[in-house]
Amino acid sequence: MSAVTDEHGHYFVPEPSPYPVLLAGALFLVGLGAALLVNSFALGWAPLAAGGGLTVYVLFGWFGRVVGETRAGVYGLKEDRAFRWGMMWFITSEVVFFASLFGVLFYERNIAIPWLASFSGPHSPLSAYAPWPAFHVAWPSSGPAGKPFGIVSPWGIPALNTLILLSSGATVTWAHAGLRAGNRTRLKLGLALTILLGVTFLAFQAREFAHAYDELGLTLHSGVYGATFFILTGFHGLHVTVGTIMLSAILVRAFKGDFTPQDHFGFEAVSWYWHFVDVVWLLLFVFVYWL
Amino acid sequence: MSAIEHPADAPPSGITRWLYATNHKDIGKMYLVFGIAMFLVGGLLAELIRAELLTPTMRVLSPEAYNQVITVHGLVMVFGALMPITAGLANYLIPMMIGAPDMALPRLNNWGFWLLPPAALLLVMPWGLKLIGIGNGTLDTGWTMYAPLSIQSGPGADFAFIAVLLLGLSSTMASINIIVTILNQRAPGMTMLKVPVFVWSWLITALLLVAVFPALMAGVIMLIGDRHFGTHFFSAAGGGDPVLWEHIFWFFGHPEVYVLLLPSAGILPHILATFARKPIYGYKAQVYSFCVIGVLSIVVWAHHMFTSGMPPAANIYFMLSTMAISVPVAVLFFCWFGTVWRGAMTFETPMLFALGYIVLFGIGGLTGLVLSDAAADQQYHNTYFLVAHFHYALFGGPVMGVIAGIYYYLPKVTGRMYSETLGRWHFWLTLIAFNVTFIPQFLAGIAGMPRRIPDYALQFWHFNLVSSVGAFVLGASQLLLVYNIVRAMRGDGEQASGRVWEGARGLEFTLPSPPPFHTFTTPPVIE
Amino acid sequence: MSKARVLSAGGAIPVLLGPAWAHARAFYDFQAPVTPIARDILFIHDLFLVIITALFLIGTGTLLYSVYAHRYRRNGIPATFTGPVGRKQWFWASFPFAVLLVLDYGVLGIPALHSILALANTSGSAMTVKVTGHQWNWQYEYPAYGIGFTSTLSTPQDQIADEAPKDKHFLLEVDHPLVLPTHEKIRIILASADVIHAFWVPAFGIKQDAVPGYLRQTWVEIDKPGTYRGQCAELCGVGHAFMPIVVRAVDQVAFNQWLSREQAVAAAQRAASGIAYTRGQLVTAGRKVFDAYCAACHQPNGLGLAGAFPPIAGGHPFAAAAPMIAALRARGFYRAGDIVVGPIANHIRIVLHGIPGTPMPSFASQLSAADIAAVITYERNDFGNHTGETVEPSQVLAIKTGH
Ligand code: HEA
Ligand code: HEA
Ligand code: HEC
Ligand code: CUA
Ligand SMILES: [Cu+2]
Repeated sequence: MSAVTDEHGHYFVPEPSPYPVLLAGALFLVGLGAALLVNSFALGWAPLAAGGGLTVYVLFGWFGRVVGETRAGVYGLKEDRAFRWGMMWFITSEVVFFASLFGVLFYERNIAIPWLASFSGPHSPLSAYAPWPAFHVAWPSSGPAGKPFGIVSPWGIPALNTLILLSSGATVTWAHAGLRAGNRTRLKLGLALTILLGVTFLAFQAREFAHAYDELGLTLHSGVYGATFFILTGFHGLHVTVGTIMLSAILVRAFKGDFTPQDHFGFEAVSWYWHFVDVVWLLLFVFVYWL
Repeated sequence: MSAIEHPADAPPSGITRWLYATNHKDIGKMYLVFGIAMFLVGGLLAELIRAELLTPTMRVLSPEAYNQVITVHGLVMVFGALMPITAGLANYLIPMMIGAPDMALPRLNNWGFWLLPPAALLLVMPWGLKLIGIGNGTLDTGWTMYAPLSIQSGPGADFAFIAVLLLGLSSTMASINIIVTILNQRAPGMTMLKVPVFVWSWLITALLLVAVFPALMAGVIMLIGDRHFGTHFFSAAGGGDPVLWEHIFWFFGHPEVYVLLLPSAGILPHILATFARKPIYGYKAQVYSFCVIGVLSIVVWAHHMFTSGMPPAANIYFMLSTMAISVPVAVLFFCWFGTVWRGAMTFETPMLFALGYIVLFGIGGLTGLVLSDAAADQQYHNTYFLVAHFHYALFGGPVMGVIAGIYYYLPKVTGRMYSETLGRWHFWLTLIAFNVTFIPQFLAGIAGMPRRIPDYALQFWHFNLVSSVGAFVLGASQLLLVYNIVRAMRGDGEQASGRVWEGARGLEFTLPSPPPFHTFTTPPVIE
Repeated sequence: MSKARVLSAGGAIPVLLGPAWAHARAFYDFQAPVTPIARDILFIHDLFLVIITALFLIGTGTLLYSVYAHRYRRNGIPATFTGPVGRKQWFWASFPFAVLLVLDYGVLGIPALHSILALANTSGSAMTVKVTGHQWNWQYEYPAYGIGFTSTLSTPQDQIADEAPKDKHFLLEVDHPLVLPTHEKIRIILASADVIHAFWVPAFGIKQDAVPGYLRQTWVEIDKPGTYRGQCAELCGVGHAFMPIVVRAVDQVAFNQWLSREQAVAAAQRAASGIAYTRGQLVTAGRKVFDAYCAACHQPNGLGLAGAFPPIAGGHPFAAAAPMIAALRARGFYRAGDIVVGPIANHIRIVLHGIPGTPMPSFASQLSAADIAAVITYERNDFGNHTGETVEPSQVLAIKTGH
C-alpha cells in the first residue's frame, strides 16, 4: 500500500530510536579494535568482535524496523522520494571513493613511475644522483626496489568474471521487470540467479587472489602495481559481498510477500547498488587488468 | 502496528531524549553543544601552543608533545568544533527555514551526530594510553598527515586515522541528509530560488562534502595500508610517491576550507539584513557565487603544494585557478556591503560579529590572494604568514560567523535573551585580542619564522610574546560566550519574542521562541 | 619601488610597532635578498602589500562609512533595493570585479609567471651541490670535488634547556655550514633520506621540498658574500625545529681555499679508519657524535622516549611500571635497549644500516667509520652499560664492506 499521504500531507518522522547511537558505538568498538590490532595488541580482538556483533544486531534491528514501517504503510510519496535521493547520493559518495582509487592508479602509473624513472638512465641530467640509477618506466611495476611478480591475464578468469557480472546485471533487471509485471516467480528466480552469479564471481575472485599470491608472487607488497591492484579489486570485492548480502535480504523479503509492482524502493535501491558495482567492475577490467 | 505511530508532541524525557533523538532540533542542539565544547578543547590546546611559544625556551611542552598538540588543535578545531557547529545550525534551522516538519532522514541524522564523540575519543585516547605507558601519544604529523612522516608515526596515528574515517562517515551521512532535505522537504511554493541564503550555502557545502570526503577516506585507508600491510602507495621504493598523499589530502583539504566558510557566509546576509532592516542585496548573485565557489574549490587544491616540486606548468595552472576564486568571494563581499548600504542599522551583538567578520575575513581572503602567487609562496609557505592567513580565514571568518549566528539564534533556540552588555564586551575583546594575536604572526612569518616549531630563534621573540599575550586574552574572552549560552540554556534572562529581532524575516521567526518540539507538521503557505 | 615600500609600510602595520619605525622595518621585511629570485619575490611581495592594503582600506572604509551614515539613529528609514537596476547600476556593480580580475591576472599574475619559470630553470649552472635531508640534519655533498659532510645544529643543549644564556644565533648555528661561491649559478639537487624536509633560505628566495626517493632541483646565484641562515620548512618529526641551514657565501678564491682544506680533511678521515684508538678517545669522541646525531631520538640521557625510541640505557624510564611494561613489550609496544649490551656486530649493523621500516636511520653514508666506532663504544660504556668493550673503526669497516 503506497501513498497514504499525498504530496502536501505530513511527513513521517520516526519516533526516537536506539539503533543509530548503538551503531555509532559499535563502529567505535570496531575502530578501537582495529587500531589496537594493527599495532599487534591482541586485546584488540575483544572490541572488534563486540563491535562487529553489535553492528549485525543493529543492522537487523534498524532495517527490520524500516521494513515494518513500510509494511504498515506509513511512507508516502514524499518519504519514498527522500529514500531515493538518499540512496542516490550515497552511491555518489561511493563513486567518489572509487574514483579516487582510480585516480591513485593513474597517478602512480602515469606520473609517479615516469617521474621516478626520469632521474635515471643515460639521458637524465640527474642520473649521477639517482637513488636507483637502473630504474626505467614500466607497467606493471613494483617500483625501483620491489620484487618481480607475474600478472593476472585479463582473458582468463577476469574476462569470465566480467561476463558473470554483466549477466547478473541483466538478471536483476529481469527480476525487476517481473516484479513490475506482477510476476513474482520471475522476481524470485531473477534474484536467486543474481545472487548465484554474485557468489560465483566472489568465488572466482578468491581463487584469483590465491593464485596471485601463491603462484604469481603478486601481493600487496608488490609495489604500486600490487597495491593498486589489490585495493581496487579488494574494495570492489567487498562491495560485491555487501551487495550479495543485500540481495539475499531482498530475496527473503520477496518470499515473505513484500514489494508491490508500484512500490518497491528496497528492491530498487539494491539493484542500483548492484548496477553501480557492475560498472565499477567494467572500469576495473579495462584499467586494471587489460590496459 | 502500534509501535509505529507518529511521535508525541512533547520530547521524551531523560537521557534517551538525546541518545535516541530523531528530532532535528534536538539533534541540532547536540551538535551545537558538542561543537562549542570542542571549541573550548581546541582553544585550550591553542593556549598550550601559545604558552610554549611565549618565550624561546621549551618550558611547557616537549617537542613530541608540541607536535601532537598542534595536530590535535587543528583537527579538533576543524572537524570537532567548526563543522559540528555549522552542522548544528543546519539541523536546527534548515527544516524551519524551508517549512519542513523535520529532516528527511531523521534516524540517519542521529547516527551522523553520534559518530562524532567516538571519533573525538579515538583522537585523544592515545594520550590516555600513554599515561599508562602504552605508545607515545597521539598523531604528531600536523593535521595534514603528510606521508611518510605519518607512516613512521607511532600507534596514535592509527587511532587518528580511524577517527578520520568515522568523521568522514559522519560528514557524508549528515551531508546526504541535508541535500535530500533541501531537495525534497521544501514546503509547497518554496522554490529553489526562494530558499534562504543559508540553506543554499549548506546545499553547496553538503555537495562539496559528498564530493571530497570519500577521497580522504580512501587516502587514509591507503596510509594504513602503507603502515601495516606492506603497500607502497606513498613510498618511492615501490614506485609510489609521497606527493600523491599531498594531492589526496588537498583535494579534500581545499574544498574543506570552503566547507567551513560557506555556512557562515550563508548566515551572514540574514544577520546583516535583519539589523539593517533591509532585504538581502543580490540574493541570486550570492547563490550563484556559492555554486561557482563550490566548483572552483575542487580544481585548485595544489596551491598548497607550490614548493613540493611540481612542474612549472602545474604551478601556473594552480595559481591562476586559485586567483579566480577571489572573484566569486568578492561578489559575496559586495552583496554584504549592498545589504547594509542605506539601511537603518543597529548594532546588537550578532551584528557586531557580522561586521567584524567582514573586516577580518577580508584580511584572511586578501592574504589568501597573496599566498596564491606561486612564486612568492616560496617565501610564505609554511611560515607564520600562512598561519596568520588561515587564522584570519578560519577564526575571522567562520568562527566569527558562527558566533554571530549563535547570538542571533540563541533567543530563538532557548527563548531567552542573552546579556547584551556581555555580548558587546565579548565582541570588542575578541576583535582586539584576535588582532593582537595574529598580526604579529604575519610579521613573524615575513621575518622568516617557520610554522610547527616548539622553539625558535631569538629574532622572533617579540612577535611571539605579543601574540601569546593576545591569545590568552582571546581565550579568556570566549568564556563570556560560554557564560551567555549557559545562562540562556538555564532559562535566565529576559523572555524573547517570536520574532526576536525587529527586522528579522524568515519562516523560523514566525514561530514562538523557543519553537515547539515539532514545527510545520502541516506545511506553511509561502507567498 | 621605494615608494611602494613606503606605502606598504604605511598600510600594513601601523598598529603595533609605531614608535620604533626604522627598527620595525627590519622586523616586518623579508631578509635582504641576495639572489635574482629573492629580489623578484620581494618585488612581488611589495606590490601585493600595496594592492591588498589599498583593497582593504577601500573595503573597510566603505563599510565604516556605511556603519556611520546608515545607522538607525541617523537613517531611520531603510532603503529597499535588492540589486542593481538598469544598465548604469549594473556597470558600476560589475566594475570592481573587472578591476579585481585585472589586478589578479595582470598586475600580480604576470610578474609571478616570470619568476616561476626562472625558478625552474636550472640549466647553465657552473656547479652542483647535493643536499640530503635527514632526521634531523642536512648532508651536503659536492660530487665534483669528492667531498661531503653533515651539518648539524651546534647550539648547545644547555642553551636549549635554558640553563645557559642564549647566543645571538640560537638554534641557527651549525657545526659545518654549507659553503658556496658567490657570483656563480649553483644547481642544488635535493634528496631526502627519510621523510619530507624543505630546504629554505629566505635570503635566497628558495624553498624546496626534499622528497624521499625523488630528486628536486633548484638554484641560487648569490651576489653578496655573507652568512645566510634558514631552517627546515616541512614538519619532519620531533627534531624539525632543530635542523637549521647555514650557508657561508664566499668569493671564488676563498671558496677554492676552503675546498682544498676540506679535501685534505676528507683524505685524512679515510686514512684514520685504519688506526686503532684507545677506549677513552673513542668514548670522548663518541659522546660528541651521540649528542649530535642520536640524542634527538634516544635523548641525551639515553633513556629514549617510551614507545617511540628505545632507550640506549639499560634501564627504562617507567621503572615503577616494570611488570606492565614487560607485558606490553611482549606485544611489541615497547622496546628497551638489549642490542647495546648484546653482540657487537648487531649493534654495528643497526647503526650502519638503520632498522628498515622504523625511524632508526642508516648512518653508513653520514658518519665515518671512526665516528661510528666511537659512538658505539660510547653507548656500550656509558648510560650504565659498563661492558668495557672497545669498538675499532676497522671492525666497522669490515662489516660495512662485508668482510
Ligand atoms: C575558511 C578557511 C579558508 C578560506 C576561506 C581561505 C581562502 C583562501 N585561501 Fe587559504 N588556507 C586556509 C584556510 C582558508 N583559506 C588554511 C587552513 C590553510 C593552511 C592549511 C595548512 O597548510 O595547514 C590555507 C592555505 C592557503 C594557501 C597555501 C599556502 C601555502 O601553504 O603555502 C593558499 C595559496 O594559494 C591559500 C589561498 C587562499 C585563497 C586564494 C583564498 C580565497 O578564497 C580568498 C578569496 C577572498 C578574497 C580575495 C577577498 C576578497 C575581498 C575583497 C576584495 C574586499 C575586501 C574588503 C574588506 C577587507 C572589508 N590558502
Ligand atoms: C577553526 C579553526 C581554528 C581556530 C578557531 C583556531 C584558533 C586558534 N589557533 Fe589555531 N590552528 C588551526 C585551526 C584553528 N585555530 C589549524 C588547522 C592549525 C594547523 C595545525 C597544524 O599545523 O597542523 C592551527 C595552528 C595554530 C598555530 C600554529 C602552530 C604551529 O604551527 O606551530 C597556532 C600558534 O599560535 C595557533 C593558535 C591559535 C590560537 C591562539 C587560536 C585562538 O583563536 C583560540 C582561542 C581560544 C579559545 C577559543 C579557548 C577559550 C576557552 C578557554 C581558554 C577555556 C577553556 C575552558 C574549558 C575547557 C572549560 N593555531
Ligand atoms: C630518527 C630517530 C633516530 C636517530 C637519529 C637515531 N635512532 Fe637509533 N633507533 C631509533 C628507533 C625508532 C629505534 C627502534 C627501531 C625499532 O623499532 O626496532 C632505534 C634503535 C636503535 C638501536 C637498537 C636498540 C634496541 O635495543 O633495539 C640502537 C643501538 C640505536 N638505535 C643506536 C643509534 C645510534 C648510535 C644513533 C646515532 C648515531 C641513533 N640510534 C640515532 C631512532 C633513531
Ligand atoms: Cu626537516 Cu623539518
Ligand atoms: Cu586551499
